[in-house]
Amino acid sequence: MRLISENVVTLENGSPVLFGGKSKETGKVVFPYPEGAERDRYDKVTLKSVGELWSYTVQRFPPKNPPYLGPTKPDEFQPFAVGYVALGGEVIVETRIATSDLSTLKVGQAMQLTTLPFAEDEDGTPLHTYAFEPV
Amino acid sequence: MSKNDVYIIGAGIHPFGRHDISGLDQGVFAVREALKDADLDWPEMQFAFGGSSAAGAADAMLPRLGLTGTQFINIANGCATGGSALLSGYWAIKSGEFDVGIVTGFDKHPRGAFNADPEENGLPMWYGETGMMMTTQFFAMKIRRYMDQFGISEESLGRVSEKAFENGARTPHAWRRQPVDFETIMSSQMLSDPLRKFMFCSPAEGGAALILASEKKARELGRTQCRIHGAAVRTRPEGSFEVFSPSLSIERGQSPTELASAAAFDMAGLGPEDIDIAQLQDTESGAEIMHLAENGFCKDGEQEQMLLDGDTKLDGRLPVNTDGGCLACGEPIGASGLRQVYENVMQVRGTAGERQVDDTQIAYSQVYGAPGLSAVCIIGA
Repeated sequence: MRLISENVVTLENGSPVLFGGKSKETGKVVFPYPEGAERDRYDKVTLKSVGELWSYTVQRFPPKNPPYLGPTKPDEFQPFAVGYVALGGEVIVETRIATSDLSTLKVGQAMQLTTLPFAEDEDGTPLHTYAFEPV
Repeated sequence: MSKNDVYIIGAGIHPFGRHDISGLDQGVFAVREALKDADLDWPEMQFAFGGSSAAGAADAMLPRLGLTGTQFINIANGCATGGSALLSGYWAIKSGEFDVGIVTGFDKHPRGAFNADPEENGLPMWYGETGMMMTTQFFAMKIRRYMDQFGISEESLGRVSEKAFENGARTPHAWRRQPVDFETIMSSQMLSDPLRKFMFCSPAEGGAALILASEKKARELGRTQCRIHGAAVRTRPEGSFEVFSPSLSIERGQSPTELASAAAFDMAGLGPEDIDIAQLQDTESGAEIMHLAENGFCKDGEQEQMLLDGDTKLDGRLPVNTDGGCLACGEPIGASGLRQVYENVMQVRGTAGERQVDDTQIAYSQVYGAPGLSAVCIIGA
């Protein structure tokens, strides 16, 4: 498997770690850790791995490719949930939600960090992204 | 009236929907309609501001309209392109530099949801690759949270759509001209929970144009019916919730719509209670509900009762989206914000036919666009 970007999420002893940026000037935390020249203004920080579901929806039709890399053919596409998770008093992060039950999501419910396969590379390697799942 | 007041003296539209002609031709049609309406000719236009998102450069209209040498500035501001073109023209006249000019927009989008390029929006590729770069998800998540916080029901979402299609059925420039009953709306396909098929507007085609004039010119031509009382564009402040945001601040703030609305009301010396009708961005029915509060027409949560009471219908206390809005007209990005003002001009003049709201004196419009800006315009007698 391959993760989307080591500046976004990595595995440490098998557990996912999510990164953000902390403004050197204001201390404000953002996600993701900025790319390019903007990066100089931020320190890379580890984000909390538990939080609360702030809002959510279910993507019930296939997004367009590009940019979406997951399956889009009608017989392969499966609806998936996305949401925002509030990580303590730091930042609210947009995320895929890993759950097999799309009908029981609730604003305010406890969530924890995980990873989720969402597509395959050209050579068949599964691509994983960070995600949150109900605790 | 100050000597630099700005008037809308002409208005034209190419019906929204799906058509066999190019977006550009729809824009040219709208410009000619506006000129005819104002009884002016293209060579009299001292400036033009125009926009199109997916149908080419707006100034490509010039060879068809006439190569008069007039300055034509292309505007690109997402869904608020039309509102931004209007504001540009407003300031051009307000500055005292010009007496008369035109603002216009047109578009022609492929079918289906808009697909966005992460890099064009300053975002990492994985944001789109993992399936999170969907405007539809943003709208769904904004209203989901709002419904939870302020007790808005799914039925309210359906009522907004039902009203939109009722109004669209009375509007010659609308795309969806058949009423859709409440049960059909509420049982239509779920696209992005809690929003269903009949609760989303679709990308569409169309063109719109408005001719603006100084007070002096408007008086000369005897066209002082529609004065611009206030107009403002504002971008997202810290802590607002906008489309394509991989993260949000814990400290929540105001929206660009709240800022633009307050600025336009301040400029006009008017308040929400002075408004007779309002065109509010209704990309989906949740947006209309939230924009009612963001523009100051009610407190958060009051929409539930307002919709039950029919307050926003054509015969209600504050008719909203009298031509069916984006839900019934569809959304050609370049033209959409100008359609709202076109509709307000028709209503203020009393020429809105079957959808006319009696005694419309002051009319309000608000268009919202990615990545987080809002344009508000208040016109009237």
